[in-house]
Amino acid sequence: MTFPWLTFLGLLPILGGLLLLLPMGKGAARLLGLGFALATLAVGLGVAGLYAAGADLAVQVPWIRAFGAWWALDVDGMGLAMVLMTVVLTPLVMLAEWQPPAGRWSAQVFFALVLMLQGLSLFVFMANDVVLFYLFFEATLIPTYFLIVGFGGPRRRYAAVKFLLFSLAGGLIMLASVVGLFAISASQGAPSYLVADLAQLSIDGHVGRWLMVGFLIAFIIKAPMVPLHTWLPDAAEHSTPGTATLLVGVLDKIGTFGMIKFCLGLFPEASLWATPFMVWFAVVSILWGAFGAIGSRNLMRLVAYTSVSHFGFMVLGIYAFTQASLSGSIFYMLNHGFSTAAMFLVVGYLAKRRGSYDIEAFGGVQKVAPVAAGLLLVSGLSALSLPGMSTFVSEFMVITGTWSRYPVVTAVSMIGVVLAAVYVLRMYQRTMTGPVTDATATHFTGRDLTGLERAIMVPILGVLLFLGFVPAPAAQLVEPTAQAILAHVGVTDPAPVVKGAK
Amino acid sequence: MILFETIAEPVVATGMFTWAWTMIAVPAVVAGVLLLAGKLSDAWGHLLATAAVLWSFAIAVCLFGHQLFADAGSRAVVAPLYSWFSVGEWSFEVGLLVDQLSILFAMLITGVGSLIHIYSIGYMAHDERRRRFFAYLNLFIAAMLLLVLANNYLVLFVGWEGVGLASFLLISFWQHKPSAAAAGTKAFVMNRVGDLGMLAAIASMLAMFGSSSFTDVNAGAHGLAPQWATMIGLFLLLAACGKSAQVPLQAWLLDAMEGPTPVSALIHAATMVTAGVYLVVRSHAVFETSPAAQLAVVVVATVTLLAGAWIGTSQDDIKKVLAGSTMSQIGYMMLAAGIGPAGYAFAIFHLLTHGFFKANMFLGAGSVMHGMNDDVNMRHYGALSTAMKWTFGTFAMGYLAIIGFPLFAGYFSKDHIIEAAFAQNTFIGICALIGAGITAFYMTRLMLMTFFGEKRWQPGVHPHESPRVMTIPLVILAVASVVSGLVMNNWIQEWLEPAVGNHAHEVSLVPTPVGMATMGIVAAGVVISYLVFGRGSIPVKAPATNNPITLAGRNVLFGDQVNDALFVTPATAVAAAVDATDARGIDKAADSSADAFAGLSTQVRRLETGYVRSYALTMLGGVLFVGVVLILSQLG
Repeated sequence: MTFPWLTFLGLLPILGGLLLLLPMGKGAARLLGLGFALATLAVGLGVAGLYAAGADLAVQVPWIRAFGAWWALDVDGMGLAMVLMTVVLTPLVMLAEWQPPAGRWSAQVFFALVLMLQGLSLFVFMANDVVLFYLFFEATLIPTYFLIVGFGGPRRRYAAVKFLLFSLAGGLIMLASVVGLFAISASQGAPSYLVADLAQLSIDGHVGRWLMVGFLIAFIIKAPMVPLHTWLPDAAEHSTPGTATLLVGVLDKIGTFGMIKFCLGLFPEASLWATPFMVWFAVVSILWGAFGAIGSRNLMRLVAYTSVSHFGFMVLGIYAFTQASLSGSIFYMLNHGFSTAAMFLVVGYLAKRRGSYDIEAFGGVQKVAPVAAGLLLVSGLSALSLPGMSTFVSEFMVITGTWSRYPVVTAVSMIGVVLAAVYVLRMYQRTMTGPVTDATATHFTGRDLTGLERAIMVPILGVLLFLGFVPAPAAQLVEPTAQAILAHVGVTDPAPVVKGAK
Repeated sequence: MILFETIAEPVVATGMFTWAWTMIAVPAVVAGVLLLAGKLSDAWGHLLATAAVLWSFAIAVCLFGHQLFADAGSRAVVAPLYSWFSVGEWSFEVGLLVDQLSILFAMLITGVGSLIHIYSIGYMAHDERRRRFFAYLNLFIAAMLLLVLANNYLVLFVGWEGVGLASFLLISFWQHKPSAAAAGTKAFVMNRVGDLGMLAAIASMLAMFGSSSFTDVNAGAHGLAPQWATMIGLFLLLAACGKSAQVPLQAWLLDAMEGPTPVSALIHAATMVTAGVYLVVRSHAVFETSPAAQLAVVVVATVTLLAGAWIGTSQDDIKKVLAGSTMSQIGYMMLAAGIGPAGYAFAIFHLLTHGFFKANMFLGAGSVMHGMNDDVNMRHYGALSTAMKWTFGTFAMGYLAIIGFPLFAGYFSKDHIIEAAFAQNTFIGICALIGAGITAFYMTRLMLMTFFGEKRWQPGVHPHESPRVMTIPLVILAVASVVSGLVMNNWIQEWLEPAVGNHAHEVSLVPTPVGMATMGIVAAGVVISYLVFGRGSIPVKAPATNNPITLAGRNVLFGDQVNDALFVTPATAVAAAVDATDARGIDKAADSSADAFAGLSTQVRRLETGYVRSYALTMLGGVLFVGVVLILSQLG
């Protein structure tokens, strides 16, 4: 048997997290944590290399025979994209949170929780067994809860409990569907929770719809879609920028990831049945999130609302069922992780100097900290999907792909593109431009960004720019997943209307 | 269709044409270097940036020369660069198309761009952020060249958004001024509305043809169902309206004058704002398939050419007069583009001559402001013809060119459009003719208020001529304003024919009846303006008036008020409502259900009394209940 790379990849940060719970000096703990994160990054890149070389990475060991549950891990293009995003973002988050806010838990705990969260998330993205997926899906809530409660702002308890209740509610509903899957699988012979086995069952009709809806609700809460999104702005507002990055950038991706892998993968017929509803639901999210961002008076809430809008685009692309839109959605998941990270981290830098996340607390900062202002603008441009940034390519794929099936729906959703310009540029205008306000002049302590703070932004913006000009590798990575899912669902792209033009 | 057979397939780039990409890459890289190098490049940044755009200009001229001497069939050259991405059946290549149309643009952009870079060395000499200014200018040049040299709509869109970004950065360059920052945001957002049209057009093209390359779209356009041809045409028109400040997306252009004057000259007069005209001409095959879309272009253009002129008559800010004028002149170009094959070449002709004379006048205005402590109010000017001889002389050439004085540039290019408009529809022709009269009126007003009459200078202002680095570009542009019409008049139609499929007309130097009428109207405009503004004294404060025409003009036809009422206020209200719903509606529901559970658990907790007797009672009750259920089920 070959070395179980995927198991190792997920276990490594969890082990690191546990190790960090032992008593040790603050400096050593941070370095150790960073070391584990970097080692995980190296293993993650190694896994990507093996995947590119065509190695079979799948692990499949019987686990609970009575349920037909397996320790089964594997990555496809989408899974690998999520794994890479997670392993790249984690060390950057650690560096950005090198000094957690004063008066909260210690840096050591922060690093330990981040590592555990990372490992659990990696397993979620790699799990190829429904029970395994479910367990890790729920397990991620624990470190996240403590990250919010231990390090967040004044109303962190409220936000953490709200996050936990929403997530648990979704998880419980999903659990019902997971149990239902067992019943069906067992009734057709030996029970098995392997995704591949379940996909063979073609669970149609009413049963399929009910089970699919169970999964879908959990994912809708996770990816947050209106109206089940309200936990996210609170959670983001009352946690640290690093936590918010992991929460919105990585964890929320489980929602869209799950829709593709489980809703579409296990219940193709039921997913097609849900399409008209989901498509409009997505449009509502796009617009609602954008308006929420425009109305936000707090920078963290603003970024969280932009994400609600962006998740709407991802869901729209998923349920449009075209190669372009579905590939675009998966690519969007990757880009959004980096784009949101950029926004949250720069906002964090600014807030660290100003001591507030309120938009009103800033004004004319460009004069005081031009580099910070420039980075905020570039991050904002990635959020509004400007060509040249990778977010444009993915949004373009979603929009054009969806348009070929639903032009009217797409046209409505495109209002979100204009609103994106409004929320980004108004935010920039109100905080960065104009004369230096009294608030900024008196409270904006510290100079422009430090070397470390700038260095953290380099890989994040570097990925966004590189994939903006050279998106082909990422597109090739995610397209096979989209093709396989569409083939499984049995949908083909609409052919060009005018024949023989190309 | 015969039309499409005349369009030769572009040949693949060889030799010099393989260097075409450096026209874009060099300024783009320099922009990046200047932004990243920071203060290190303060001393030489502006020189490097100017060298970069001169490089692009040199390449453009060489390519043009090459095309000029090549036979007509091999002039259009396509230079593939790399494969951007592909998904499903769609693949998106990055490639350049250097044809008869795009090379003229490339020369205009880099030529005028070079002059404006040189001018800015003097104009921005005392600005502490000059390096950044030049970086943004180079970014603009690169993006604009990408826009016009792209060989498909998607890459064009990349350039399209790139110029939008550069425009935003440069309008709000002096961002410590709230008005400048607001103007930049406004321009970007309004342009984004236009960009939706572009996105929708590309998405439609992909759905219809499976490709967004010019070749495929042009070849397939005649196969479009009429409603889709119209839709794509209208989407493209929406895009053009945003970029080119055509009604109803015109309101950003006057505010854009917050940017430094060289920016107004380059971006908001000579190049970027004409991108909409380029787009319509480039997409001629689509518009020719849909008369409805063509009609929409003509209507928008006619409304804009009159609206812009109207605004020009009532503004006191010299740059805003010129901005209104730009709107109006682009309206003429759009009109020509909307007329169809009879007008394409004239649209581009007027675009080029306008690029020269309007850049000339904007830079002239900048020179005036430079001498007047950055005051833009013409009511504080007067009698500058003696104080600033070079500026006055060059400005006068631009003035004569724009009103269409015989043998000056605008005389040729604008008259052709008016004639084509009359050939299309008498009403449209009359509107175009009236526009020419109003143009003469407001430009004469500008000249009289600025250069003639008595001095109305504010205390402490000592007008002086600008340095050579600023006046030499003015002289070059003034020469172009005089001769460019004559030079291109007999040549441009034939040159563009393979690229845009226009129908060449015989053009004569002898005025036609329409030409005579135009001259009469223009003369009338000049005379009336002189009678109003040339004889009496100009009040230093704008006189109060109840004249609705003047009031509307001063308020930019209430464009902002309309936008506020229709979009800004409702959007703000919706955003507030969303916020309130999330906080009080959805969250209240979630929180109160949580409270309900908490309350329930409090009640349930009361059952846990700790008394063994109550537990025993409960157990007894449970056993009885189970027993009853079992018995009942047995009975059933």
